[in-house]
Amino acid sequence: MALLETKNLGIQFGGLRAVDGLDLTIEKGQLYGLIGPNGAGKTTVFNMLTGVYKPTFGNILLDGHSIVGKSQIDINKSGIARTFQNIRLFSQMSVLDNVKVGLHNIITYSTFEGIFRLPSYFKKEKQMDEKAMSLLKVFDLQDEAEYLASNLPYGKQRKLEIARALATNPKLLLLDEPAAGMNPNETAELMETIRFIRGEFSVTILLIEHDMRLVSGICEQLTVLNFGKVLAQGNTSEVLSDPEVVRAYLGE
Amino acid sequence: MQKERKPLKAATKSNLITYGILIAAFIIVSIICASNDKMYQFKGMLVPLCIYSIMAVSLNLVVGILGDLSLGHAGFMCIGAYVGAFFSVLLKDNIPLDWLRFVISLVLGGITAGIFGFLIGIPVLRLRGDYLAIVTLAFGEIIKNIVNLLYVGVDGSGLHVSIKSASDLNMAEDGTVIVKGALGITGTPNDSNFTVGFILLLITVFVSLNLINSRTGRAVKSIRDNRIAAETVGISVTRYKLIVFMISAFFAGIAGVLYSHNISSLNTSTFGYNTSILVLVYVVLGGIGSTRGSIIAAVILYALPEMLRELRDYRMLIYAVVLILLMIVNNNEKFNLFKEKISISRFIQNRREAMSKGAKS
Repeated sequence: MALLETKNLGIQFGGLRAVDGLDLTIEKGQLYGLIGPNGAGKTTVFNMLTGVYKPTFGNILLDGHSIVGKSQIDINKSGIARTFQNIRLFSQMSVLDNVKVGLHNIITYSTFEGIFRLPSYFKKEKQMDEKAMSLLKVFDLQDEAEYLASNLPYGKQRKLEIARALATNPKLLLLDEPAAGMNPNETAELMETIRFIRGEFSVTILLIEHDMRLVSGICEQLTVLNFGKVLAQGNTSEVLSDPEVVRAYLGE
Repeated sequence: MQKERKPLKAATKSNLITYGILIAAFIIVSIICASNDKMYQFKGMLVPLCIYSIMAVSLNLVVGILGDLSLGHAGFMCIGAYVGAFFSVLLKDNIPLDWLRFVISLVLGGITAGIFGFLIGIPVLRLRGDYLAIVTLAFGEIIKNIVNLLYVGVDGSGLHVSIKSASDLNMAEDGTVIVKGALGITGTPNDSNFTVGFILLLITVFVSLNLINSRTGRAVKSIRDNRIAAETVGISVTRYKLIVFMISAFFAGIAGVLYSHNISSLNTSTFGYNTSILVLVYVVLGGIGSTRGSIIAAVILYALPEMLRELRDYRMLIYAVVLILLMIVNNNEKFNLFKEKISISRFIQNRREAMSKGAKS
């Protein structure tokens, strides 16, 4: 059974049908790319998958269970985590604390235990610190753990956002333009990291990206959106050589 | 072999400094009080200083940590003050032990204020920014004005409540009116003193700092920093906002009980808009989000007008000038660098580095 399946998914904003009849099937462990020109509806798809928008029609199945109408919190708990196109970190908190917020529902203790510093507080905090540090090490951020998140350089902020999303222990990780604003070296490094985390955390990855080197380098399957509709779908190499796709990107 | 000492976390270190400053201040003030019989003005200021410090620390949780502007904090203080005073007057003869009665009053006042914080929080915390500020302001005034109308008496058959007049209570001959409308409550036992106030302040600071540096505190700060991202990592915004609002109201209630047991006659005039703003000024000038700063600002800005009393009319003028100066200085980059230079934690760190260098060579 596919990990994520959307059936005839669509959303309407007034007279505009931003996404129209999207059928997506992502198998467990896949690296899946969602591409398309600006305004094609890619981020809207992410927003529907994470519960920010409620789809007007269609269904979303995660592991065979519908998640349409669930709150963002419940969707995260059932295994979808995301990053944002415009980075959204907890800027006035330390890098370590950002990841620890991600662990919020993974390692838990009550407010009461926190205030009165019961033994469970120290035990759980230690677990959180270890888990968070091991995540930061994956992204080579361990030396900046005590920095404020807003003081990190741009590329590291993106990495931190991925680390935070991974902390919630997702089955499906949604990356919204992870390479935006990165130079070729950083992008190459990011590709390695994405491949690595897929194996290390056995997570399925769906990513939106404009950088074709990254897309052709790591994505196994692609869906191309144009004006809310699916333009092409299938293996990366086939899709990218599809004349329709080339026309949508480059014009006639 | 020297055992490697684990360096303290920055937050822990900063908290220890806060406790240290508080306890040192307490000891110094106690010695001054014990060695001098006079200084009535100084001694009279001590309990209010604790009260307003508790108010500032608790409001800092909402304004600094949750990031929502609340202008109705005095309303919760009002609830605590009235509930605490009411039970103290009611139980004056039933519970002979002063301290026990006072503790019960504190707990009841705090919990009632906390419950009101929760109830008011449900509709209010759906709003954001300016709207939230306006509605909290309104709720603060509503509480004050309802309490101002309240008549409560007690007789053999139980409690009687009215919002018209004392005669509407329809009480038996032996009944006594405890809450007398605009006249408030009189005859509250004087249970507050500096030591009790200080212990309560210490408890408030303890709870506040521990809350900030816990799982709950991180969730709250994440909501402040980025609400949308907080939701996508599975944090319930409403739940954590309510928890913080409730804890903050609880301590405002405690401050209220302390207040009502420090004066002989309690009425609502203290719990207006001005007090809420005053406390907000302490929080803002103390550096939003800083517990230690809130206390320091509360102490300085409460003590200042009191000490300037002899200047009569010029008193508030000087107060205003000090406020403006503090604002300018707080935002001054050079001053902040200077502050960094003279900070205690930096001093300790430098010493440690120097020592470890010495050990190596």
